[in-house]
Amino acid sequence: MGEAVSLTLKLATITTIILLIVGTPLAWWLARSKAWYKEMIGAVVALPLVLPPTVLGFYLLLLLGPHSPIGQMAHMVFGHNLPFSFEGLVVGSVIYSLPFVVQPVRNAFEAIGTRPLEVAATLRASPLDIFFTIALPLARPGLITGAVLGFAHTVGEFGVILMIGGNIPGETQVLSIAIYDYVETMEWDKAHQLSAGMLIFSFLVIFIMMAVEKRMRKANT
Amino acid sequence: MSLIRAEFCLKLDQFDLYADLTIPSSGITAIFGPSGCGKTTLLRCMAGLDRCDEGYFSINDTIWQDNKSFTLPHKRAIGYVFQEASLFPHLSVKQNLLYGQKRSKSTMALDEITQLLGLTDLLKRSTAKLSGGERQRVAIARALLCDPAILLMDEPLSALDRFSKEEILPYLDKLQKDLSIPIVYVTHDFSEIERLANQLIYMERGLVKAQGPLGELISNPALPLSTSPQAASVFDGKVVDIDAEYGLATLRVKGADIIVSKNYTELGSIHRFKVAAKDVGLCRNRATEGSSIINGPPARIIRIEQAGPFKMNILMKLGAEGDGEPLIARITRKSFDTLALKEGEQVHALIKGVALNGSDPSFTYPRED
Repeated sequence: MGEAVSLTLKLATITTIILLIVGTPLAWWLARSKAWYKEMIGAVVALPLVLPPTVLGFYLLLLLGPHSPIGQMAHMVFGHNLPFSFEGLVVGSVIYSLPFVVQPVRNAFEAIGTRPLEVAATLRASPLDIFFTIALPLARPGLITGAVLGFAHTVGEFGVILMIGGNIPGETQVLSIAIYDYVETMEWDKAHQLSAGMLIFSFLVIFIMMAVEKRMRKANT
Repeated sequence: MSLIRAEFCLKLDQFDLYADLTIPSSGITAIFGPSGCGKTTLLRCMAGLDRCDEGYFSINDTIWQDNKSFTLPHKRAIGYVFQEASLFPHLSVKQNLLYGQKRSKSTMALDEITQLLGLTDLLKRSTAKLSGGERQRVAIARALLCDPAILLMDEPLSALDRFSKEEILPYLDKLQKDLSIPIVYVTHDFSEIERLANQLIYMERGLVKAQGPLGELISNPALPLSTSPQAASVFDGKVVDIDAEYGLATLRVKGADIIVSKNYTELGSIHRFKVAAKDVGLCRNRATEGSSIINGPPARIIRIEQAGPFKMNILMKLGAEGDGEPLIARITRKSFDTLALKEGEQVHALIKGVALNGSDPSFTYPRED
């Protein structure tokens, strides 16, 4: 049981870090670009919001499997096939939770408007300099919201993981899968313990996030 | 004297912007015109914030835009003051001030600029705790600390209430006198121009209708300035005599000596003053004798024009020979017909009131809106 919890936390932490690194520049581009295909990319990023996790998992399974070029490349990098491995879970989680990070961060970037960026440019700051010294600090509430949502969403993920990770204890058996397993095998106590833990965790995450956001909004005005 | 050359051609929603400008490299050049005439766009083109494909902009032999090249805003030695102060909320006042100074590697001293703009006591404060006027002063100081070759100001006072405006205007005055940075100042409020500007660029629907020294444009009949109800003449006078007993000072302008109420000033200092057209009367003989009016300098009528159905605008040049500064008088058509005034005629201009820059609140017009 402890194994499932620690594996879940490990997966969520790694996923969140990757999401912030990948999602922040993507959100910046979506907020600032004037390209005609921008909203198309935006829609692709938002797809996991409406797509059934099993559909996403099914395509990921094909995409990462040994018969696809991407899967073969991944095999060369990691030394094994991605499906039914921890690395495969990370890839799936990153794609599945992407909109939960990109959306709040993009909103935060858009809320800054162009004025502070123009001011910084007239004060000799280069575009990269402006991104790090003006845009990121001003978008901090959005970044925190994105990180928390991405983390929490990964913790609660089920369908995608079942499709591409299966149920290997210590490798791909995360919390939600473990609960399913205990219910299947009629171990109600253990299912209860994990479920109650998830319930409290989810409540705390949302509560703390709302409190932090409120305080930051106050500090910023 | 080196010059700033600007030529911009840009398609806007309602009309096309076309501007071909020469701006002197010292003093305040005001860009004036009705709202939406393209003033701000013109200023943004100078800063490189808006990009027009056909344009030319150079300052002191440095070309920032021509057919081949376009220098990005952050590589131009500009200072830009926006309508709202736009201070960075995540930085303190001092960090805001140093943001541009660090990046421009400027030699402008923080102490000097904070003193000039009266900010020394505000440095440690959070930007959220500043008044509107204070915020805009910080924004001006922040721009100056980049050691700009040109300071661009986009309606810097229009978002402020009257009290904050009065608080900032003396600082702008001082800035122009203490620093030798050319300032391009966009505004739609003519009272600011009367107080600050040396040069004027008048725009309408994207086109530059006139550019030149303030005094000339104010009295230019082709522009709506001389026929507006608030028409006035503006002068920069040098103190040549002080009468301490009566608290008066004599200010010399080209063509006349004008006596004003001012009991604290120095000989040789320059003061700007304004004479409203409706405060000027005309007289054939020297009628200040036997009258409470002190100023009645000779002047020559240059041009006469109608200003509305019942008023006449009389444009004069000061001095018996008519070779001095321009002065506008607004008189009734009845007086005009009774006197049968003619162009070229010599008269005395009876000046009923003079508004002195900075010391006289009547210098600012009541706003029309």
